[in-house]
Amino acid sequence: MKRLFFSLFVLVFPLVSGAACLVRGTGDLGVIIERASGSLQVVDTTAHKALFHVKGLGDLSHASVVYSRDERYAYVFGRDGGLTKVDILCGTIVKRIIQGGNSIGGAISQDGRLIAVSNYVPGGVKIFSAADLSLVADIPATQVVGRDGRPKGSKTVGMVDAPGKRFVVSLYDAGEIWVIDVNDPARPAVRRFRNVGKQPYDGLITPDGRDYIAGLFGEDGLALLDLWHPEKGVIRILDHYGKGEQRLPVYKMPHLEGWTITGDRAFLPAVGHHEVLVVDKEGWKPVAKVPVHGQPVFVMARPDGRQVWVNFAFPNNDTVQVIDTETLKIVKTLETGKGTLHMEFTPRGEEVWISVRDKDEVQVYDTGTLEQTHRLSVAKPSGIFFTNRAHKTGL
Amino acid sequence: MPGLRYFAIVLLLMFAGTLRADISPTRQQALMDLLLQDCGACHGMTLKGGLGPALLPGRLAGYSRDFIAQTILQGRPGTPMPPWRPFLTNEEARWLAARLQQGVKP
Repeated sequence: MKRLFFSLFVLVFPLVSGAACLVRGTGDLGVIIERASGSLQVVDTTAHKALFHVKGLGDLSHASVVYSRDERYAYVFGRDGGLTKVDILCGTIVKRIIQGGNSIGGAISQDGRLIAVSNYVPGGVKIFSAADLSLVADIPATQVVGRDGRPKGSKTVGMVDAPGKRFVVSLYDAGEIWVIDVNDPARPAVRRFRNVGKQPYDGLITPDGRDYIAGLFGEDGLALLDLWHPEKGVIRILDHYGKGEQRLPVYKMPHLEGWTITGDRAFLPAVGHHEVLVVDKEGWKPVAKVPVHGQPVFVMARPDGRQVWVNFAFPNNDTVQVIDTETLKIVKTLETGKGTLHMEFTPRGEEVWISVRDKDEVQVYDTGTLEQTHRLSVAKPSGIFFTNRAHKTGL
Repeated sequence: MPGLRYFAIVLLLMFAGTLRADISPTRQQALMDLLLQDCGACHGMTLKGGLGPALLPGRLAGYSRDFIAQTILQGRPGTPMPPWRPFLTNEEARWLAARLQQGVKP
């Protein structure tokens, strides 16, 4: 009996206290955001269980995470302007700062030394030391005239890291893309590209780190910057897509993060349409549309590129569909449950983890059989972030 | 006169019913979830703003309940704010507008 109590104690102790640090690798770990309670779970994707519950992270609506290159620390960007460095081996907060009024996300530099945060309020970009979260540089946003007629800093969105120790970010209100060179961290060199299009709402960088693409809410098409040839400026791609068609109201902005390039084709969410758009990467021409269950939010390819998994905006956010990238047919429709918010593949793609907010659970699917294999209790889960992101440009 | 008292209570309840716009408690809960989760997707779960503006009482002070309700129902053309009419009745939009004016605790 004593022994049973002891094993129970050993099992439960790290969950409650977070005092005992683990001695192990972190390559099969990750974090799941519990957005309503300002907490996260550190999970083990091999054992399919939670290791730690970390609280006190503030407002985590729309939170995102980047990892240190040693995959030990998770940097959590909160909506309330909070930036929190979490030690996932100890389940503890190393440091937490409130860096802005209202933020949307960030990135870690190529060398892992700097964290850049994009802010809604007061707009602009702040750059911090990854070691101790001390402020290294503050780049104010382009001023625009707000609805109340007063000047305000443009919101910044779609922050990614790029090769050459650079960050790239879009300015929602100002319609700009910035390339920020941080080779001299205290004196970042900002190259501004103006008039890239109306209301860039998110951005992504291709996995090779060459092309930065911003989605435009205010007009058709996307803005593309070739980072090998910034002198060529920002060009418009897919600008005829959706022309003349009635766009549906958008109840949740799509995310570009999961945009996937499989071979010579890219799969992306069509804004305001119940479609996944298939694009020939050479020349960025649309080659097909796949009709789907609702307006796509995340369109994410399994790491081998053979399948694309799609979730949807309100009021269709109760379903996930799987598209075969060869035949462009939907091979499975999964009724995951209301509030299906995010998906994350294990590093080599044999599993996908799906957060289902209204069921307070994360469902794990075998991507071969397309059947659910595990279930974890997580309070109002949103983003799921595995540590292999540490070594991927733009994530 | 128990009959008269009963009648008065029924009258009161009817009156209270019109004030509360006859929205069932279950539906009220669903509306609050919609407000925090789905409106919150753009306006922030604490309604302090995100891609969309803050929806706190201070910021909404200059707008009438009807204006807020109509904005919810019709959206704002030229901005990402979509019309929520497919999912809400006029009464429900006014109820949500009243909650926003009072201030919502998540």
